[in-house]
Amino acid sequence: MEFFERFAVPHPSPAIYASMVAIALTSIAIVAGLTYFKKWGYLWREWLTTVDHKKIGIMYMISALLMLFRGGADVLMMRAQTAVPENTLLDAQHYNEIFTTHGVVMIIFMAMAFIIALMNFVIPLQIGARDVAFPRLNALSFWLYFMGAMLLNISFVIGGSPSSGWTSYFPLAGNELSQSVGTNYYMLSLQISGLGTLITGINFIVTILKMRAPGMTLMKMPMFSWAGLITNVIIVFAFPVLTVALAMGTMDRLFATNFFTTTNGGMDMLWANLFWVWGHPEVYILILPAFGIYSEIIPTFSRRNLYGYNTMVISMVVISLLSFLVWVHHFFTMGQGALVNSIFSITTMAIAVPTGIKIFNWLFTMWKGKIQFTVPMLYSLGFIPIFTIGGVTGVMLGMASADYQYHNTMFLVAHFHLVIIPGVVFAMLAGLTYWWPKMFGFMLNERIGKWAFWFIAGGTCLAFFPMFISGLDGQARRMYTYSEATGFGIWNMLSFIGAIGLAIGFILIVYNIYYSTRYASRDIGDDPWDARSLEWATHNPVPEYNFAITPQVNSRQAFWDAKKNGHKLFKGGYKEIHMPNNSGVPFIMAVFFFIFGFGFVFSMWITVIASLIGIIACLIHRSFEKDHGYHISAEELEKSEVELRGAK
Amino acid sequence: MNIDKTQPLEYSTEQGRLNILGFWIFIGAEVMLFATLFASYFTLVDRTGNGPSGSEIFEITPVLIETLVLLTSSFTIGLGVHAMRIGNKKAMMSFFAITLVLGAAFLGVEIYEFVHYVHVGAGLQVSAFTSILLTTLGTHGLHVTFGLFWGIMILMQVKKRGLTPQTANKSFIFSLYWHFLDVVWIFIFSFVYLKGMM
Repeated sequence: MEFFERFAVPHPSPAIYASMVAIALTSIAIVAGLTYFKKWGYLWREWLTTVDHKKIGIMYMISALLMLFRGGADVLMMRAQTAVPENTLLDAQHYNEIFTTHGVVMIIFMAMAFIIALMNFVIPLQIGARDVAFPRLNALSFWLYFMGAMLLNISFVIGGSPSSGWTSYFPLAGNELSQSVGTNYYMLSLQISGLGTLITGINFIVTILKMRAPGMTLMKMPMFSWAGLITNVIIVFAFPVLTVALAMGTMDRLFATNFFTTTNGGMDMLWANLFWVWGHPEVYILILPAFGIYSEIIPTFSRRNLYGYNTMVISMVVISLLSFLVWVHHFFTMGQGALVNSIFSITTMAIAVPTGIKIFNWLFTMWKGKIQFTVPMLYSLGFIPIFTIGGVTGVMLGMASADYQYHNTMFLVAHFHLVIIPGVVFAMLAGLTYWWPKMFGFMLNERIGKWAFWFIAGGTCLAFFPMFISGLDGQARRMYTYSEATGFGIWNMLSFIGAIGLAIGFILIVYNIYYSTRYASRDIGDDPWDARSLEWATHNPVPEYNFAITPQVNSRQAFWDAKKNGHKLFKGGYKEIHMPNNSGVPFIMAVFFFIFGFGFVFSMWITVIASLIGIIACLIHRSFEKDHGYHISAEELEKSEVELRGAK
Repeated sequence: MNIDKTQPLEYSTEQGRLNILGFWIFIGAEVMLFATLFASYFTLVDRTGNGPSGSEIFEITPVLIETLVLLTSSFTIGLGVHAMRIGNKKAMMSFFAITLVLGAAFLGVEIYEFVHYVHVGAGLQVSAFTSILLTTLGTHGLHVTFGLFWGIMILMQVKKRGLTPQTANKSFIFSLYWHFLDVVWIFIFSFVYLKGMM
């Protein structure tokens, strides 16, 4: 019996039992549905084995949306718990698990997945490439991320979730104070998905540097691709730090090493430093692609070229450098002395300068423009004031001396949500709506989209502005309940109402997807927004080879010039195209990684070794495999191009 | 497939060039990985708790052997790549095989060294210093182990398929990896052992 006891959840509650039943029923429904409709073969051939960057992008997006709702369900429980004083809806341990998984899920498995989804789908199209540099590695990246996400998500029904905050500070996350396997899940799931992210980073740097269409110099590249390039450079330099930190943390927990202990010379602050050396650049890994998305959308719907292209690029480079020099501002109050605090305070505040430059560039882009208030543009417009409030309060927090007042309070929570939500979530929703027609061949309904926008924007303000007040009044973050005498009740109730507003907004987005799938017109042409960059020069839906003829670029607005000034993008005739074959190996390998992670969490070493052998077998198989791909001949190409043009 | 005859074999295909650039970027990530380990090492080096310090447990002889063996292997793999460039498959395979034998010798000495550390009471769990010491060395050792298996797979392919743009590309990338391990070892030798023994 002992063997099975460790899989039990340490703090079971009716909500967790209900989730177990729900997960079981959903799994059964999926398996039964796939069998009944005979879709297993389709699923395997078209999705599980695909190496097409567009399909991988779509799978990332679906996973990100699922994770958004998982993290969102956590939020509703959290805000419901704190809505009234001395609430007993959740117990303290359950609350701890929920805020921890909310952070991990939203940052790692939602936001990261969403930016990689859009990068995957858009960047190869935007630079006129056929695919990414390493299509099979791309599939592996996705499946590693997916398996990492699933590993964390099963934690709350098998063995218990992590409960020491998404930062997982030691000694709190050590064995003594976190006795369940929750933190093991945290370490392993982040490790596995982080590996996938690192591979994505390498893949996209090579893609962007080497696979641009002829004529597209770096300084003629669209801004989203620029953002992608810099983001991936940050990924490659930041993620190995996390890899090491997680490995050390895992060893501390499972092999009794002394990295982060408080005895035998261990140093708990080392974890804090390593975590934030990765964690702070991570913030910019999320925000820079978002900036890139806004830099695509604002010019499109202002009918103006992007103002200050060069300063946009320079400011992104400066932000990426500074992002590695500010990590200590996450623990100003942990005793490193005035000089160190001053240095990191100054570098922190310096980031506001390039960011401010970007904000002004977007404003100047709109200046005298002919603005169309479409849904993507609404998100971009809503982003500017809300993000600025979040940013300015960030500068307040960046002042080391003042930080002693509001560190670890709800003020901080309000700050980073008001940066991340308009910065990342708005951008992702804007990008989703903007590129939706390219992905699926129809537009999302504008009217429902606008309703969703107002609920989300309003909900964000209502949920987080009150936290500035309660935070300055001294309400600590992560506090599971409080007494009535503190007077925090009213502000928390407002936050709860705001959270409900956000939830309604997200439900409207799902409804919009459903509604538009059923009723939207499929007859929208290739360029429904009258946009400016190369992804709109290909067909709708995008054929698997992206471009039948490689485009020739001669300006920053190549496609716009092609439309307005008669510049010719596609020269010459059809030539044979080489395409990579599908492969099941990335999926199978990631499944082995999942088993590896699960075995590790519960110290089941035979399982670990067996899955490790599986992983190595996959590597060897790949090494020996002769995969020459296949060719699409010029005649086939011409035929399918004629068909696609006829479909308009 | 387009093969550019003016380039060395490993660079002669488009995919080959992409692979090599991708691998250089991967080495960038590896630099960060080891840099993090070294930073952690320097942070924890004096935090020995009740355990021994570096100067008490380090022995110069096995470390010198390891250094000599690994540095030589970097040289032989360079000769191997040269042989590959002039199209001498047999010489290339011999030099790669010598490299792998030297790598195995390095690993053997390192395993002896680890056993010795555990024996003198400097096991993984003794103190923060021993934890980070064995983790840093172990990570490098794990890389060498992985390299051995990788190298054997490549040798088998070269034997079976000859020097093609693909096998040449793989061999060249493997040589980059091997040189990188050597560079890391130079840092370990200088800043872990020599500094620790001073």
